[in-house]
Amino acid sequence: MMVDQPHYKTSDEVDFVIIGSGAAGGILAKELSTNGFRVVVLEQGPYLTEADFNHNEIEVLAQDKLTNHPKLQPNTFRRTPDEKAKPQRAVLYGRCVGGTSVHFTANFWRFHEIDFVERTKNGPIAGTGLMDWPITYADLEPYYTKVEWEIGVSGLAGASPFDPPRSKPYPMPPLPAKSSGVIFEWAARKLGWHPFPAPMAILSQPRPGRSACINCGFCLGFGCEVGAKSSSLATVIRMAERTGRCEIRPNSYVHRIETDASGRAVGAVYFDEKRDTHLQNAKAVVVCANGAETPRLLLLSANKQFPHGLANSSGLVGKYLMINSGGVVTGQFEHPLNDYKGFAVSRVLHDFYELDPQEVGFYGGGGLDARFDFTPISFANGGLPPGTPRWGKDFKAALADGFNRTMEIFCHGTSLPLENNSFSLDPDLRDAWGLPALRLTYKDHPDDLKLGNWMFDRAHEIFAAANAQKSWSFPAREQQFAVHLLGTCRMGNDPKTSVINSDHRTHDVKNLFLCDGSSLVTSGRGQPTMTIEALAFRAADRITALAKRGEISA
Amino acid sequence: MNELNRRNFLLRAGTGLSAAWVSANWPALLSAATHAQNAAKAATPPKFEFFTPEEAVEIEAITARIIPTDDTPGAREAGVVYFIDRSLATFGADDQKTYREGLPDLQARVKEMFPSVSKFSGLAAEQQDKVLHSFDESSNATRRAFRARPVAQNFFETLRQHTIAGFLIDPDYGGNHDGVGWKLIGREREHVFQAPFGYYDKYYPGWQPVVKEADEK
Repeated sequence: MMVDQPHYKTSDEVDFVIIGSGAAGGILAKELSTNGFRVVVLEQGPYLTEADFNHNEIEVLAQDKLTNHPKLQPNTFRRTPDEKAKPQRAVLYGRCVGGTSVHFTANFWRFHEIDFVERTKNGPIAGTGLMDWPITYADLEPYYTKVEWEIGVSGLAGASPFDPPRSKPYPMPPLPAKSSGVIFEWAARKLGWHPFPAPMAILSQPRPGRSACINCGFCLGFGCEVGAKSSSLATVIRMAERTGRCEIRPNSYVHRIETDASGRAVGAVYFDEKRDTHLQNAKAVVVCANGAETPRLLLLSANKQFPHGLANSSGLVGKYLMINSGGVVTGQFEHPLNDYKGFAVSRVLHDFYELDPQEVGFYGGGGLDARFDFTPISFANGGLPPGTPRWGKDFKAALADGFNRTMEIFCHGTSLPLENNSFSLDPDLRDAWGLPALRLTYKDHPDDLKLGNWMFDRAHEIFAAANAQKSWSFPAREQQFAVHLLGTCRMGNDPKTSVINSDHRTHDVKNLFLCDGSSLVTSGRGQPTMTIEALAFRAADRITALAKRGEISA
Repeated sequence: MNELNRRNFLLRAGTGLSAAWVSANWPALLSAATHAQNAAKAATPPKFEFFTPEEAVEIEAITARIIPTDDTPGAREAGVVYFIDRSLATFGADDQKTYREGLPDLQARVKEMFPSVSKFSGLAAEQQDKVLHSFDESSNATRRAFRARPVAQNFFETLRQHTIAGFLIDPDYGGNHDGVGWKLIGREREHVFQAPFGYYDKYYPGWQPVVKEADEK
């Protein structure tokens, strides 16, 4: 599937070097190369394709075939800045061409109007950095539509009364309802709520070179063998390659952005597969390395001119991290659901997207989805009711009994932006290349935990209304592991309280742009990728306009 | 065995589904063929690579208590000991030390608890369970596949996790012999599924807009 690409020399000053090939980087590569620019994409992970993907749970999930490897790239964790961080795995992201979009669930909700103006609507929250976005839902709407049509999102417009306005329907109908979705829909309606077919970045109808979903059942966590999952790999990366102006350079681990005496970025310094160092020259640098690695790269790029890290005059690079609250409630039913077949999610509920803080006593909101995202081994490790023996005859019986009669309701919620919650450089631990390791500092705001427990209660109500034989959950706990990596170089008009402006240009370095989860100002309700991709399409338009007006070149 | 499954997939793609589907899936078919080749290379080895035959007997006896054989096959029939052996000789080499040190410790515990017996495999099933319970920390080691895994864990916990993996892994990848693990949990060994999937979606009429509350009664 790999198309012939140009091979730029590192000494060629290309128009753009893009760091990261995931949800945002892939789209920027496609858009900028389509607009006539010469683009090099530096991806730290390997270039895997459909032929490399498989159903091997050990290789893919346990040994991180598609994700950052804890041995090569160890992390540390601490709850608060006054603690000494301890080595432990603290972050998970896709590390291959296509990034996290290769293995994601593909839940593709848009953000709603409220997500952009929450502070104005509800007022400030003491002790938090809750802020409005410098753009609104209306600014982003055309780009949400563009995502749906360009990469292929299945869904049913108008099915949720809570959906924000849209300019066009989905390009294809929703995926089939799974038993989990039918149960969820029936029970939630009984309670007077409004479940709807899940918008999913998975094809329900074939597109050229890509199959519709074959329901193989190895979806969340796995790469799609038939290109049905609308990852950047299966979509925009290939479109970028077909322009003949975009080179995807895998196994290229960027660890510094070089600047010149005038404070402009001149290119990206990276290790190749043999750990030789190169500088790729470029007129402008676009960092799409995710909400953990983007701030880390800026901090690693500190020099005499930028002693606290690149683009960090605000001191906020890496801060205001949000990882979304919530968790899962699991239930068992009398008859087989066989929910292991197919993609994970088929029904969603947004009745609690915008809760009234006066009424519930905390800030926040969320969405619920009906799913089964276990594969056989992960089910044995995490899908059985509490109190089940961990081995022996009764364990075996519980496995036999539970696997095809189980479903989950996943509760996805807001996180408040707190300055202490952050990614930073660990002062002691180094990665396999000798670079400072990522350090996660995180302590959930009490409201985030209250929201999680409140949503669990709603999920239990659904299971009760559905006559589940049993349902169980564990109280929301402070999190120590980040998958959604949001807010760490946030967008804003004020250079003192944000890192990038609404064009995704850093306030401090005129030819340095950042676009990924780090750009988000609020956390949304737990499904950020759709918004990251809409932002990327919009950023590409803004950057193209700036370049065409000559406002990027020196 | 895995060949058969992949072949089914290819056959099905060629006959049961439309020509449009096949052309849209051409890259996927190539990919599946590659898988079949890889899988053929990964067939269960006839000989042990890491364990001595004596160790293998002991390890198999332990796996047979973790997922016992009763009226349905267990870890023994799934060939879990072969899966673990091959893992330790290849991708799971990091755990070699845990096994090299853990098994003698366990045998020492056997002698301590049952002085008349020298090997785990020589104990009765109930005695074997007593020995294993004495090692079981009941920790919440791995809750979900995406949660951080503990850096170090004891021999029994490691063996417990390896046994589950060897019993439930896709049979294409060297464990779960004959798919006995998947048969037990009711997972069909197909590569392609079509809706309806289960009992509750069988007669689902398709999504309908919500009925007004007044009409519902």
